[in-house]
Amino acid sequence: MRKLLLVAIIVITGVVFITRLFYLQVYNTSFQKLSENNAVKVLYDYPQRGYIFDRNGILIVSNQPSYDVMFIPKEVKTLDTLEFCDLLKITKEDFISILKKAHKYSPRLPSVLIPQLTKSEYAYLSEKMHKYQGFYIQKRSLRDYQVSHSSNVLGYIAEVNKTIIKKNPYYHMGDLIGSAGVEQQYEKVLRGIKGVKYIQKDHFNRDIGAYKKGVFDTLPIKGRDIMLTIDETLQKYGEELMINKRGGIVAIEPATGEILALITAPNYDPALLVGRERSKNFTKLWYDTISRPLFDRVLQGEYPPGSTFKTLIALIGLQEKIIDTKERIYCNGSYNYGGKKPLSCHQHISPLSMVGAIAKSCNSYFCTVYRRIIEKYSTPQEGIDNFRRHLESFGLGNYMGYDLPAGRPGLIPDSKFYNRWYEYPKYKWYATATISNAIGQGEIVLTPMQMVNFTAAIANRGWYYKPHILKNVIGTDTISKLYTERYNTTIDKKYFEPVVQGMFDVYNKGTASFLQIPGIEICGKTGTSENYIKINGKRMQLTDHSIFVAFAPKDNPTIAIAVFIENGYWGSRWAGRIAGLMIEKYIKGEISRKDMEAFVLNGSLEEEYAKPYNGEPFNINY
Amino acid sequence: MAIRRGIEKFDWYTILLYVALVVIGWVNIYSVSLSDISTSFLDFDQVYVKQLLWISLCLVLIIFILGFDAKFYERFSSIIYIISLLSLLGLFVFGKNVNGATSWYAVGAFSIQPSEFAKIATALALSKYVGDLHTNIGEFKYQLRSFLIIALPVLFIILQPDPGSALIYIAFIFPLYREGLHFIYLLLGFIIAALFIITLAFGVGWAAISVILIAGFLYFKNRKKRSNLFKYSIIVLACIGFSFSVNYIFNQVFEQRHRDRFNIVLGKEVDIKGIGYNTNQSEIAIGSGGWIGKGWTQGTQTKGNFVPEQHTDFIFSTVGEEWGFLGSIAVIILFIALLIRILQLAERQKTQFSRFYGYCVASVIFIHFFINIGMVTGLFPTVGIPLPFFSYGGSSLWGFTILLFIFIRLDASNFINR
Repeated sequence: MRKLLLVAIIVITGVVFITRLFYLQVYNTSFQKLSENNAVKVLYDYPQRGYIFDRNGILIVSNQPSYDVMFIPKEVKTLDTLEFCDLLKITKEDFISILKKAHKYSPRLPSVLIPQLTKSEYAYLSEKMHKYQGFYIQKRSLRDYQVSHSSNVLGYIAEVNKTIIKKNPYYHMGDLIGSAGVEQQYEKVLRGIKGVKYIQKDHFNRDIGAYKKGVFDTLPIKGRDIMLTIDETLQKYGEELMINKRGGIVAIEPATGEILALITAPNYDPALLVGRERSKNFTKLWYDTISRPLFDRVLQGEYPPGSTFKTLIALIGLQEKIIDTKERIYCNGSYNYGGKKPLSCHQHISPLSMVGAIAKSCNSYFCTVYRRIIEKYSTPQEGIDNFRRHLESFGLGNYMGYDLPAGRPGLIPDSKFYNRWYEYPKYKWYATATISNAIGQGEIVLTPMQMVNFTAAIANRGWYYKPHILKNVIGTDTISKLYTERYNTTIDKKYFEPVVQGMFDVYNKGTASFLQIPGIEICGKTGTSENYIKINGKRMQLTDHSIFVAFAPKDNPTIAIAVFIENGYWGSRWAGRIAGLMIEKYIKGEISRKDMEAFVLNGSLEEEYAKPYNGEPFNINY
Repeated sequence: MAIRRGIEKFDWYTILLYVALVVIGWVNIYSVSLSDISTSFLDFDQVYVKQLLWISLCLVLIIFILGFDAKFYERFSSIIYIISLLSLLGLFVFGKNVNGATSWYAVGAFSIQPSEFAKIATALALSKYVGDLHTNIGEFKYQLRSFLIIALPVLFIILQPDPGSALIYIAFIFPLYREGLHFIYLLLGFIIAALFIITLAFGVGWAAISVILIAGFLYFKNRKKRSNLFKYSIIVLACIGFSFSVNYIFNQVFEQRHRDRFNIVLGKEVDIKGIGYNTNQSEIAIGSGGWIGKGWTQGTQTKGNFVPEQHTDFIFSTVGEEWGFLGSIAVIILFIALLIRILQLAERQKTQFSRFYGYCVASVIFIHFFINIGMVTGLFPTVGIPLPFFSYGGSSLWGFTILLFIFIRLDASNFINR
């Protein structure tokens, strides 16, 4: 016994140690990770983001170097806070709250203290940074905007948030990511791939060379340049025209579906969202809930299309063979469908056949056609669904699939919608209950993008390409199959001519005859849509929206356009003028209708927009 | 002639294990010190170069030790013991203060730590005393004198103060037990050591709580013997009293520099990033090794110098990181094999002196091994004592080498005299 005690203790000790080592080294793998956090610093080398050009090769967006003050909370040593804050031009409270937040996020990972210093600020700071342990300056590449417009198209660059980091491990705190528009849509193409350097550290956190001799290190890959379908000149001109107005302009090339201009107003200078003032400016834009500059009215605004919709009623009517181009329909100033009060029309000669009805935008004519379309079938449900099928073939009633991250589906109601609406079968409903659809009011809403799309389909006489903003990624020649596939509408080609003729006559002798542009055969259609707003819970009507869709030239069109001006009153007043100017600018490159240009440039609707908010009673439509 | 015949009889098995441990130790010291920017391979500022020098000098030392007649060690043990005590006392006059402890003599550029050699002297003196025909360790009188032989160097070492080095004298309880000491002393020794460490590392409160818990557990386990209650209370009170007195001496009698030294040994002082930094870093280093380790000189923790004192007390964490689980258990097995081999040899000794000394050697090496690996793997509070043969340091390496080779010499004499 006395001989064995020490031997036993020695053997037991050995077994305990081996068990402990097994636990530490084999069973529990968390130490491996801890070791990496502990001893290896990861440095990122951010590549240049790809440039953005317009369709003619004009540079829109390039890069500028920028410098972020970063820090690792765990490594921050006690410092002269006051002096440091003074140096960085931030308040002590902000400084402490940022530090706290970062510590909560991770004490070991770097966080941003001050983003996006300018070059001169960097030069000043870099001399003094060595005094503050745990802080360093990370070089990044920032956007340098060559233009002061198109922010809705381009989008902006923002710091990634925790949600993105969780979802996509490529990104780390402080990384930048495209957050709207083209920057978001083509983030992967534009950003390139960042390079990684693993640095071995010692316990004083000093770098002592490359980790594992750099076998894991990678070089950054530069982002690719892209060319947009946007015409910079046209885009710029459009934004000038939209000053002091709210709404949108969208122009596409019907033959390709390329978006030539995509303008929403009010807009902002993209340079506002770069640099140290970024977050202040962004907050300002974000909280402007009245003019909503971050809201893309072309892609996200859903509006009743008004009379522009009549072109589609005519096409469907012809396709369904419930009317021909010759039949004339009487209009006595209103259309009585048996409702509380008849649907009124405006003064024009009567009776009219299709071409004239489009040119004069006769409500009675299209109500009649609409009723016939719905009532062709034994139940209004079937009628509505068939009507909807035609409209869907124009890309309406759903997300369109263009290559921009914002959008709304609009609404083309189907039978289910009305069944629910009218509580069918408890109550029955008939074509007359949906009669407002005939004139683009009622339940139907479209985004301006959808309006231009159906206009392009008419211009092409029956087909369209999905609108898209990317012309090509420079250095490659592939473009998504989505945008090279032709979509055919349900309307036969032969039915388009009378509608095109009608739209031509809108300019010739119809509702937009005073907008003619010498030398260009424009086809268009005015629209005026009623709209309402709730003020203190009371539904009030505001001045009508001014809408205009057009394409030109009449044969082999090169541009289709939709213009939407909020509260611009009747269609040709604002939208029509702007559409004409845009078309002329695009086709001729110069403006001959200086009178029209002056009217638009000098005109303002700000007074109109202020009405619902200044608390006083107001009149509309004058 | 005697030497020549002796060489053949030296226990080569033990010598081989010794060589293996020293070589592996140096290889790891090399890896640790590589992180410093080196100019040339033979730069004497480099830790691994210095260690190489100590190892070479060991060779001379070994030949010297083996050259003496085995009788010499027994005969001169008392003198060696007295010289050793004097060298410890001399520290209070000529000693150099390092990290708050006066445990070094400065000789030119080098330092010598006499407490590393005092173990050997104590082992020899104790062996001689116990090995004496008159001595019966079962009797209290002889026990008291034996403890006195141990207590003198312990007292001097505690006064330096170098509590870590003093703690390992607990090892002598094992050889005494082998020779007939009552089991209760073993228990007592264990309790004293445990209380000592717990009190200084965690405070009197924890020490008291653990004593009460253990006593309570034992009492309720043996409930049938009611009469024991009084005994238990006395023991508990005595333990807590001991804990208090350790605490009192520590806080009231000692000066701040003493306390600092204790705190360094207990890992409180270098604990710049919160309690358990050393142990934590050491665990991370070992844990990150995995099955086969990161490869020699490839350890990220080792290169980054994250583990304090890695080339001395925490050298085993390098083994863990760079050689992985397999390398670590290889080292553990080498130590166990060496210890068992020494005990095996001890049991075959003809004289009580040699057997006792063999047990002393095994026990001293074992206690170092036990405390050091326990500390490095986070099973034990931080007590700054080296890993035998492995850790950097001339005094420590020489001390263990002399300790071991005297025994190898003694063992060989069994055959020479035949």
